[in-house]
Formats: sequence, structure tokens, C-alpha cells
Amino acid sequence: MEMTSDFKIIEEPKKTLSMHPQKFALWLFMITVVMVFAALTSAYIVRQAEGNWLVFELPQTFWYSTALIAVSSITMHWAYLAAKKDNLDMVKVAIIITTILGLLFTAAQYHGWKVLAEEGYHFVGNNVSVSFLIVLVGLHVVHLVSGMIVLLVSLVSTFKYKVHSKNLNRLQMCMTYWHFLGGLWIYLFIFLLLNHN
Amino acid sequence: MATADIHITEGGHDHDHDHHGNFWTTYVFSTDHKMIAKQYLLTGIFWALIGGTLSVIFRLQLGFPDADISWLEPLLGKWITEQGKLDPEFYLALVTMHGTIMVFFVLTAGLSGTFSNFLIPLQIGARDMASGFMNMLSYWAFFLSSVVMFISLFIETGPASGGWVIYPPLSALPQAVSGSGLGMTLWLVAMALFIVSQLLGGVNYIATVINMRTHGMSFSKLPLTIWAFFLTAVIGLLSFPVLLSAALLLIFDRSFGTSFYLSDIYIGGEALPNQGGSPVLFQHLFWFLGHPEVYIVLLPALGITSEVVATNSRKPIFGYKAMVGSMLFIAILSFVVWAHHMFVSGMNPFLGSVFMLLTLIIAVPSAVKVFNYLTTLWRGNLRFTPAMLFAIGLVSFFISGGLTGIFLGNSAIDIQLHDTYFVVAHFHLVMGSASFFGMMCGIYHWFPKMFGRMMDNRLGYIHFWLTFAGVYMVFFPMHYIGIAGYPRRYYSFTNFDTLNSFSDLNMFVSIAAIITFSAQVIFIFNFFHSIWRGRKATANPWESNTLEWTTPVVPGHGNWPGEIPKVYRWPYDYSKPGSKEDFIPQHIPFSMTPESNLPHENEMIKLEKEEGVNVVVVDDRKGH
Repeated sequence: MEMTSDFKIIEEPKKTLSMHPQKFALWLFMITVVMVFAALTSAYIVRQAEGNWLVFELPQTFWYSTALIAVSSITMHWAYLAAKKDNLDMVKVAIIITTILGLLFTAAQYHGWKVLAEEGYHFVGNNVSVSFLIVLVGLHVVHLVSGMIVLLVSLVSTFKYKVHSKNLNRLQMCMTYWHFLGGLWIYLFIFLLLNHN
Repeated sequence: MATADIHITEGGHDHDHDHHGNFWTTYVFSTDHKMIAKQYLLTGIFWALIGGTLSVIFRLQLGFPDADISWLEPLLGKWITEQGKLDPEFYLALVTMHGTIMVFFVLTAGLSGTFSNFLIPLQIGARDMASGFMNMLSYWAFFLSSVVMFISLFIETGPASGGWVIYPPLSALPQAVSGSGLGMTLWLVAMALFIVSQLLGGVNYIATVINMRTHGMSFSKLPLTIWAFFLTAVIGLLSFPVLLSAALLLIFDRSFGTSFYLSDIYIGGEALPNQGGSPVLFQHLFWFLGHPEVYIVLLPALGITSEVVATNSRKPIFGYKAMVGSMLFIAILSFVVWAHHMFVSGMNPFLGSVFMLLTLIIAVPSAVKVFNYLTTLWRGNLRFTPAMLFAIGLVSFFISGGLTGIFLGNSAIDIQLHDTYFVVAHFHLVMGSASFFGMMCGIYHWFPKMFGRMMDNRLGYIHFWLTFAGVYMVFFPMHYIGIAGYPRRYYSFTNFDTLNSFSDLNMFVSIAAIITFSAQVIFIFNFFHSIWRGRKATANPWESNTLEWTTPVVPGHGNWPGEIPKVYRWPYDYSKPGSKEDFIPQHIPFSMTPESNLPHENEMIKLEKEEGVNVVVVDDRKGH
């Protein structure tokens, strides 16, 4: 809006600070997820301190799943950079690879549970330390599934030409959430490694 | 020059005409924040009546333990025993559901849901919430939750009976009490939906307050109501997920056989397989929500009454920054005092003294708020509208109920007082009645903006005095009953010789409770009658400063027919020296009030208009 010099503005109030409302809401949502896991991991520590706590080896697969999710964060970022350059084919490939890595991660976590079960550590019946591990891993996988749904939605909108360098919000939010889910797992894994004695 | 004008009116045209939807989109699946607020309000009133009725039934049992109440059989069916007595297990269900309904469905959803939805966009100058769709989802998640909870009242095994705090093992084992079967399952389902609703609502409130304020509406110019709703939403966002975690582990214990909370339990001489759980762990998780929940209930009431007291005292709120600061401080402290609910759970006495210290510190911001209320009232031109009376009533309860909090927060005195009627009296005054009065205050004050008509003042006065006197008649004697050692949640005291001395006082409390509850009928009549038959309201009936009173009498979709007003001053310019009127609304620029400006306000008028040139305010909003 061009103003000519004839007009004078009287104490024009300042525009208030504001962000993209949906991105902002996403951050608030991630805070609630953080609080859920903060509650569970604190419960883990409190319960562990009371004694009668079974110590068992973490399945080897968790190392592989950690590597998978770390790589998937890189491919997600690759999708974003490709979208910035309007390289839509690359975006599609990168999102599909990210989704596949997410599926592989889920499979790896499931395999981890199976390994535990074969060693005789079940959700029910053993010590509560096993139950805690399974709840933490399971609840993270539930969130990861929601992340993969977001990925698929982004993929569909890429096919509909709704993702490009002038319209990055959706992909940015998808990326933020995916990085968050990866970070959440790495936090959980480190937490489990540190509190496993 | 010509181009400058094109944009000026554009913002207005979008919202000038009403969007006529059909019945379903207008009244049922509405995304308009005002309609959603009314939906919350009506659902809240419905739940308040149910919750109140439940309390009257168990008060009958407590006040008249020997009476024959078989006349209630048409209502309660088999919960009345053959001897014409209330079933003891159903008594437990009644207190559990009374607590759950009042805390969550009335004073959380009914209060925050109504006024955060209604006032946030109107007072910050926004067309609607950040996401109208999420807002609608939030209400409907609450509605579903209500349906599930309501159904649980009627199932054969009875609703949840383990107390509103649902401590395991009582809530985890169906063998404990019949309500811990299907009733408890439905309770957990309903609360999970409720938490989803609160989180959707809370995300929206925070996103709206931070991102959608009109030009000039800086945080230091926000009405205290908005500050209160904002902080409430932040508290909810941080604490409700923790309740979800606690409930999730409880669900695993109940339905999958894990042992998060269960250990060493023998039923009928037989050991349960659950080993290694800790019921105290649940208490920690529960009260990490449960204590902030107190402030989720109370802060909106404090915000509403701050606004109403300032308006009807015709004075600026005393200590605006201190009010904001103390609310912020209360919000922070609310997260570090939870263990004062667990002083006698066998916790480390040193830890107990830490929590005691933190708890007693809450007295400081609370006292700041009380003194600010009183100093705002001091020598004001008080207008005793019904809303004002309810606001003053809140201040009264906040003082008398807050004082007993100092006793209860002391870990040594709590050994004597915990789980007695002293606790019941304390939180019913400071949290229950105070928040209820805040809600009533809000309804009387914003009714004209909601429905375009005024509520009847005379009925409002009768309602106030009966309720005010009634609340004190109910809860004041309860302190004595508590000091005498009466434990809460007991079905009857007739079998204990030591607890016979106050039977007459219990009878008095019950009669007072029935009178207080009956007085609400006056309100219900006034409320519904005024919606259709009330005196027509003007746009600003209370001569108030905040932005919602600059809308048409009944704001349509988008709230303002033209441009959204901009904000130049704080919302409390009442009785400003030099000003002709005793109020200057927020959207009046300082350049229009030279007679009342303070020196620094004159400096805020950056550019004076040149002679003969019309002033144009440029709308730099993006096109729609």
C-alpha cells in the first residue's frame, strides 16, 4: 500500500507479533507429547528408585532402528531442500524413502519386542521394568504412525502440485514433526541406555 | 491517493453480511467461537444441575441418616435398599461423580470453555479463533465425553466409585467396589476424550492470544481476563498430558494385567499375580495434573472478576502488573506443590517440608490479588450489578477459603486435618464456590453480549444473596465438623460414638445445601426467560472499556461488521481525571482525549494531523 505525502497517520498502533498459526499449533502439540513422555520417564525413574527392578539387556535391534530414524531425518530434510528448488520429483522420492524408513523403523521396534519376548520378557507377568520399556517404545511408535500419515498427506499434496518453493508451509510442518519424532526416539533410547542398571 | 482508499473498506465487506447457514451449521456443528461458547455454557449448566442434584442426594444421607428415603425410588431405583436407605456403594458413586462432574465438566469445560471461547476473540480483536474447526472438534470431543460419562450414571453396576482422584488399587480392581467395573472403564474413556477436548481447546486459546491480537493490543494492554485464560490454557497444556499418561498406565493395569500401580494385594485370602507396582506413583502422576487443575478452575474466575470489579468500581484495576505477575507466579508454583496432597502417603518428611514451603509461598501472590481487589474497590463509585455482587462474593470466598489453605499446607497440621471435612470445606470455598461465583459473575456480565438482552437484576439479587448466604451456611460449619475429626467420604457416622456430637450440625449443613441448590432455580428461570423475554440490551450496557463492547449488540459472524478496531490504550481507563465520560474505551486514540492525557501519553501521539487533511488509517492487513 503506497501512501502519498498528503496523508499523515495518527499514532498508528503497532502490528502485534504473530506467527503462522498452524505452525504455532504444531509446536504446542509437540509440547503436549513431550509432557506425556516426561511423565512416563519420570515415573520410570521414581519407580526404579523404589527397588525390585529387573535389569535386562536392551535388544540389539534398537541400535539399528536408531540408525534408521536418523537417516530418515536426513531424507526428510532432503525432501524439503528439493521442494525449495522446485524439484518435485526429488521431493516425491525423498518422501517415499522417508516413509519406507519409518516403516522399517516400526518393524525394527516390533522385532525388538519379539526378541525380548523370546528371551522371556513379556509386557505382563515379569517385572514392571519390562512393562515400562514396552509402553515407552509402543507409545513412540503410535506417534510415529501419525507422523507417517502426515508424510503421506504431504506426498499426496506434492502430486497435486500444492508443495513447491512458494508453498512450503505444509512440508515444513511435516519436517518439523518428523525431526521431533526422531529426536524423541533418540531421547528415549539414551534415557533407556542410561537408566538401565 | 485514490489507491490508498481501495483497501480501506475491503476488510469490512467480507464480514458485513451474515453467513446464513442451515440449522446444523449454525447451531450444532458451528465453527463460530460465540456459538461454541454458548454450547459449552449450556452443557456446563446441564452438568451443574446433575452435579448439584447428586450432592443433594448424598447430603440427605449425611444430614438425615435415619430417614426413610424410599420416596426417591422412582429416581434411584434399586440404589434405594429395601429399608428405604441409600445403598452404601452408591453413596461412594455419588461423591465420586459429584467431584468429577463439578471439577472437570462444570468448572473446567463450563467455565474455561464458555468464557475463553467467547471472550478471547472479542477482547483481543480477532474475527474468530486460530482454528474454528479445531474449536468445533474440541466441543464435540467434550460432548462425546459428556455422553459417555452420562451413560455411566445409569449402568447396572453403577458409575465410578473410587473418588474423583481414582486412586488405585481401588479404581484398578473391579473386586474393590462395583463401580470399579464398567463404571470406571467408562470414566476413563470419558476422561480421555475430555483431555483431548481440553488440549484442542487449549492449543487454540494459546495460538489465538499470541498470534491474532489486533493492532496495538500488546501484552501490556491485554485485559486481565485474557491473561487469565491464556495462563489457564498454558497450565492445561502442560498438565493434562500427564493425567493422560497416568490414566494410560491405569488402563494397562486394569485391562492388560500389568503391575504399574499394583502390588501385594490379597482378596479373600488369595494373592493377586500383580507384583512390584507402586500406588504412590499414581498419586504423584495424578496430582501433577490435579494441583494445576485447581488453578485451571480458579484462574479464569479471577480474570473475569478482575474485569468486572474494575468496570463496576469505575476505577482502573489496582496494580495491573502485580495482577499479571501474581497470576504468572501462581501458574508456575502450581506445578511444584503437588505433593502437599500426599503428606500422609508415607513420603519423606524432608520432602514434605520442601513442598510445605513451596505451598505456603502461594499465599504471597494470592494475597497480592486479594489486596488488589480490595484497593480497586476502595472509594470507587461502586455499581452493585448482580455480576459485581458475585465478583465481591468471589473475593470473600477467596479470603475465607484461602486462610484455611495455610493450615492444610502445613505438613504437621495436615496429619490431623487430612481427609476430614475441613479439607472439604476448604476447597469448596476457595476453589468450588469461588470459581462458581466467577462463572456466575461472567454470565451476568456478558449475557447482554451473548444474547442481546439483559438478565433481570432483581432476580439476580435474590439469586446472589440466597447463594452467598447458603454457601457460607453449608461450608462454614463444615470446618468444625472437620476439626472434630469427621472423615470425608464416609457413608454414615452413626456407628461411631465420638462422631455423634455434631449430627445436628450435619443436619443444618444439609438443609442449607438444599436451600442453596434450590436458589439456583431462580437463576435457571432468569437465564432462559431473559434469552427470549429479557429487556433489550444496548451495545455497551455496563459502560466498559474492552473491545467486545464495540461490536454490534449481537455480534455476527466475524464479530465486527467493518474493520477490526485498533487498540491505543490499556483497558482500565475508568474515571480518568479531566475526561468527560468516566470511561475511555481501548480503541479511542490519545489524540482524541487531550483533556485527560498524561504527559507520556501525549508523547505517544506520534504525528499530528495537518490542518484540513482528513486522517486515513491504513489497513495493511493482507487481502482475504
